[in-house]
Amino acid sequence: MGKTLFDKIWDAHVVSSKEGFPDVLYIDTQFIHEVTSPQAFDGLRKRGLPVFRPKQTVATADHNVPTWDQHLPIKEELSRYQVDMLAKNCKEFGIEFYGLGHPYQGIVHIIGPELGITRPGGTYVCGDSHTSTHGAFGAIAFGIGTSQVEQVLATQCLLQSRPKRMKIEVNGKLQKGVGAKDIILYIISQISAAGGTGYAVEYAGDTIRSISMEGRMTICNMSIEMGARCGLIAPDETTFNYVKGREFAPKGEEWDKALAYWKTLYSDEDAQFDKVLSFRAEDIEPMITYGTNPGMGIGVTQHVPNVHDIDATEQLSYANSLKYMGLHDDQSMLGQPIDYVFIGSCTNARIEDLRQVANFLKGRKKADNVTVWIVPGSKQVQKQALAEGLDKVFEAAGIPLREPGCSACLAMNEDKIPAGKYCVSTSNRNFEGRQGPNSRTFLASPLTAAAAAVTGRITDVRELLEEGELVS
Amino acid sequence: MTKIFKHVQSTVVPLPIENIDTDQIIPARFLKATTREGFGNNLFRDWRFDGEDNPKDFVLNHPTYSGKILVAGKNFGCGSSREHAAWAIVDYGFDVVVSSFFADIFKGNALNNGLLPVQVSEAFLQKIFDAVYADPHAEVEVDLESQTIKISQTGEKESFEINPYKKACLINGYDDIDYILSNKAAIEEYELSSKS
Repeated sequence: MGKTLFDKIWDAHVVSSKEGFPDVLYIDTQFIHEVTSPQAFDGLRKRGLPVFRPKQTVATADHNVPTWDQHLPIKEELSRYQVDMLAKNCKEFGIEFYGLGHPYQGIVHIIGPELGITRPGGTYVCGDSHTSTHGAFGAIAFGIGTSQVEQVLATQCLLQSRPKRMKIEVNGKLQKGVGAKDIILYIISQISAAGGTGYAVEYAGDTIRSISMEGRMTICNMSIEMGARCGLIAPDETTFNYVKGREFAPKGEEWDKALAYWKTLYSDEDAQFDKVLSFRAEDIEPMITYGTNPGMGIGVTQHVPNVHDIDATEQLSYANSLKYMGLHDDQSMLGQPIDYVFIGSCTNARIEDLRQVANFLKGRKKADNVTVWIVPGSKQVQKQALAEGLDKVFEAAGIPLREPGCSACLAMNEDKIPAGKYCVSTSNRNFEGRQGPNSRTFLASPLTAAAAAVTGRITDVRELLEEGELVS
Repeated sequence: MTKIFKHVQSTVVPLPIENIDTDQIIPARFLKATTREGFGNNLFRDWRFDGEDNPKDFVLNHPTYSGKILVAGKNFGCGSSREHAAWAIVDYGFDVVVSSFFADIFKGNALNNGLLPVQVSEAFLQKIFDAVYADPHAEVEVDLESQTIKISQTGEKESFEINPYKKACLINGYDDIDYILSNKAAIEEYELSSKS
């Protein structure tokens, strides 16, 4: 019987396998950042252990960093302390650190791919649930806890039981104004925030194949929002073209050898999945969330579901969620006034996202009563945006381009949405207080967020797109 | 070394809410500490306290309910992989979380900190809620060796699943790193063979 893509990669990384035990899985690269690593380094010190493979560990500062005046010392004391501690730990244990000011600094899930560290067939971990992003290259990538960060630092291995395998197919042609973010928000709205728990999810189908690497990363990024252990997409020419020539990508003969192997990475025709789901691209509208988990999403022209249409055991939580959001059931989302727009995060802060937003904003201005933050995902994305003059387009629309970091996705730095305010956000989580205490988040695509920035309310971007307007 | 877990009998704290994410368990702004201790003070911070630090109407502020067992709605611990969520629950004084469904990463993090996630059926979860709302002194017993959870007063019980390796770790205080390091020769051999 054939193997799934997931099993091919997993089997190639098993160091030891014993009945009744989780497998010892070899990890090609671990990414670390300032928030979930300090206790892991402390653990190593207590055990008297070195970092086993420091050259297979990549560190950056992203969660806590300011997105303005990054050349100045971090003002917030605890954030500064955490970033300084990462620098110190990296020095002590011999790990390369892409700190503030370094040309490679950025959100950990953006820099791995753009530096050519993330490759097809690899295994990656990070103390961050959105590590699933790296699966877009046809790789296994897990978000892990700090005890496991310590485990991988100490051994370059992760103790892990093999998850079940799910295939999600999307076929057909996307509507104008609908993109990768809408696809994944749609899938999660259909299968719920727990629908992928226990599974490694492979995305397939002709719609997925037609999407750029940036879009594929957006989709895999949010696999965790349906509870999946990881998400992955079989590598193809789009993948190979993206990786080729990047800083740490294989070169010359090594490239040829790697490429030959990468071309074997797909699920065999007769591979068995534990679950297969299928969706039609034509059914997907620009999406918006209305509640407090990413499964609570609808097409932007739809109405908030009636509480009586919700499963009886979940009605209380549902009502609480709408109360928190200041919305009521059956209401239309179109026209809902908003206060903030955040375009950024490991979900949507790659150069393609910024280009798309810039294309839309050309000749338009942000609404006066809306604060808009555009935060590039990395120094390299920022540099590219400046080279292409995207910052000028943003400025003309009344929006300064900020500096790279996780920013308002989780509001660990100064970029917080004030209590009670509404934010249309291209990030990945609309949990209570995620963007600041009592903030209210509507998750959407970069285009839908840009449309809201212009109108000051939730808008169907398709109505603003002129005939033939280039948006992707 | 992992904290040892064998058996707990205790009153319970009911939290009948679905999809409790780790941002609620411990909000991101409290992740700036660099040690594992002290997170219990901020467990469910924004549900427990308002913006001025005044207590809100929330079960942890309710003197009627206390105990070492937290009982919550399905899909507990979804969202962020922050292990701080498990640290906060342990630091507050819980030894067990019961739910009808757990998010994967949280479950792993809990087990790595001697916090036992016990997954029960929807029906049994409801029975526990009914028992504690009828009598806040109702006790629940969790026995890891026999993998059973029992409502003491009624004697109703259910068995639960746990990976046998993780079970052994909890009962004996074994640690994943020690186990992996016992495979060090295999790791080095793997590295050599994968580079060839």
